[in-house]
Amino acid sequence: MPTNAPTAAKTLSDVTASDSTLRRFLHGLPGVDAVGLEARAASLGTRSIKTTAKAYAIDLAISMVDLTTLEGADTPGKVRALGAKAVHPDPTDRTTPTTAAVCVYPDMVAVAKEAVAGSGVKVASVATAFPAGRAALPVKLADVRDAVAAGADEIDMVIDRGAFLAGNYLKVYDEIVAVKEACGASARLKVIFETGELSTYDNIRRASWLGMLAGADFIKTSTGKVAVNATPANTLLMLEAVRDFRAQTGVQVGVKPAGGIRTTKDAIKFLVLVNETVGEDWLDNHWFRFGASSLLNDLLMQRQKLATGRYSGPDYVTVD
Amino acid sequence: MSDATRLSVFKTYKLYVGGKFPRSESGRVYEVTDSKGNWLANAPLSSRKDARDAVVAARKAVGPWSGATAYNRGQILYRIAEMLEGRREQFVREVADAEGLSKSKAAAQVDAAIDRWVWYAGWTDKIAQVVGGANPVAGPYFNLSSPEPTGVVVVLAPQESSFLGLVSVIAPVIATGNTAIVIASEESPLPALSLGEVLATSDLPGGVVNVLSGRTAEIATPLAAHQDVNAIDLAGADDVLAKELEIAAADNLKRVLRPQPVDYTETPGIDRMTAFLETKTVWHPTGSLGASGSSY
Repeated sequence: MPTNAPTAAKTLSDVTASDSTLRRFLHGLPGVDAVGLEARAASLGTRSIKTTAKAYAIDLAISMVDLTTLEGADTPGKVRALGAKAVHPDPTDRTTPTTAAVCVYPDMVAVAKEAVAGSGVKVASVATAFPAGRAALPVKLADVRDAVAAGADEIDMVIDRGAFLAGNYLKVYDEIVAVKEACGASARLKVIFETGELSTYDNIRRASWLGMLAGADFIKTSTGKVAVNATPANTLLMLEAVRDFRAQTGVQVGVKPAGGIRTTKDAIKFLVLVNETVGEDWLDNHWFRFGASSLLNDLLMQRQKLATGRYSGPDYVTVD
Repeated sequence: MSDATRLSVFKTYKLYVGGKFPRSESGRVYEVTDSKGNWLANAPLSSRKDARDAVVAARKAVGPWSGATAYNRGQILYRIAEMLEGRREQFVREVADAEGLSKSKAAAQVDAAIDRWVWYAGWTDKIAQVVGGANPVAGPYFNLSSPEPTGVVVVLAPQESSFLGLVSVIAPVIATGNTAIVIASEESPLPALSLGEVLATSDLPGGVVNVLSGRTAEIATPLAAHQDVNAIDLAGADDVLAKELEIAAADNLKRVLRPQPVDYTETPGIDRMTAFLETKTVWHPTGSLGASGSSY
């Protein structure tokens, strides 16, 4: 999909000069053809992925999972159990890849870090007053610094949807820039738009560009805490945004759909979207992630089915 | 409008899975004929994916169904009998077509099947007293055994007795709180598929009984190997298939009820119920309680 966005990289550095230039740029992005987008996402979801391709897709999907627990009732024990599962998703089959990361609240980062030590599994932490993001900037930044200091490799921040919907784009931009700075050189920043609260596809496209202009390493659909989370359509839209952004600036940005992805079939549909929209460059857990908790169990059951030829059941994976 | 000009309305027979009436995921159907080879209807030809979906539905229903009171299960089983009574004519016709019986003989089969639901409805809250109880032990303990349902049970319905045989194998499985995946008689699946419509209107929660039609061997093989199935009733399997399925079932130690010659017109006894029950025994300390509320 070609965009009418300004093509010169120089123009992009100018668009964040003031609130009005930023608004002019974001509102100058082409409108989204909602029907076409949903039809495209649905048609890509009909691909049949079988046998060896399926085995590859399942292992790839497992390696892309950000195994998540974001409950008020999280205990150190639960986080340790999650860490153990991230390192050895299927203890009966050590050929299973590790997940990409575990995703926890900032106060659990130290526990998670210890649980996955030496395994290559990263620790991601939500921050900036997740999930609402309704706190003052110094509070959000302190939240981020805490998580980074505790050893988080990745920070999942939420944007200020209120400011975004009010048209206060520069405020959102400045916040992301400030959080990016607080992450320092060590932590990658994922920016959560909470697409379910942005109302329109046009807004999702604008938010994607805004996040990428502000220096996001990843753009992420949702918190998993609202009714509408990742859908094939909104993920496809964000994939188009990162593709166009790389074409214009040469900077590659990752995508993370989160929430509502529960089955292997769903996960494979997302992988097809990635392959068909942005190509193999993104088929790696450095550039594409699934934010999920129950998805991993279904992936493991499908993996066992492929390995043994027998349908597996919930008795053969952990209860989280 | 005269009878001659009215177009006939054919019925689309569909599966019954999770309380819904889906077509086969594969989109396939096969022709069902009466005993003389005349075409009756097309029935869904289920695939192993339909079987997998049925297991998911049945597993989901285990909790609520086994947790329902025995009294409530009895009421629901009796309700099935009531609903069947109202559709007696339809089942008489289907059984007569399927098995080549006269109207009166088919009617006798349907009546016996309705009575069988009533019979098992009465057993739901009595089976625990018969096969469970307090065991005498040499210590200050109550020792209590109680029967518990096994879980998800795959039932290969009898091939010959398309309705009475079918009811005689489903009812004992669900009476005790199991959930069932029923593979209908391959040659005459129509009474089983129609039974799904009765079950759907009998307050039976969706997923407690799931009815699949198609090639018995094709559907039963993945189910026998399925790790999330707890037991299998091989009533409708021939010797060769039964042996194969029993080997596949051994992998996760499924309970297996081997095929045996049964006269379905006789009073069944409780064997088919106890085949899918597990006995849980608990030790409970007894004796006088001290001031602390404990006897220790």
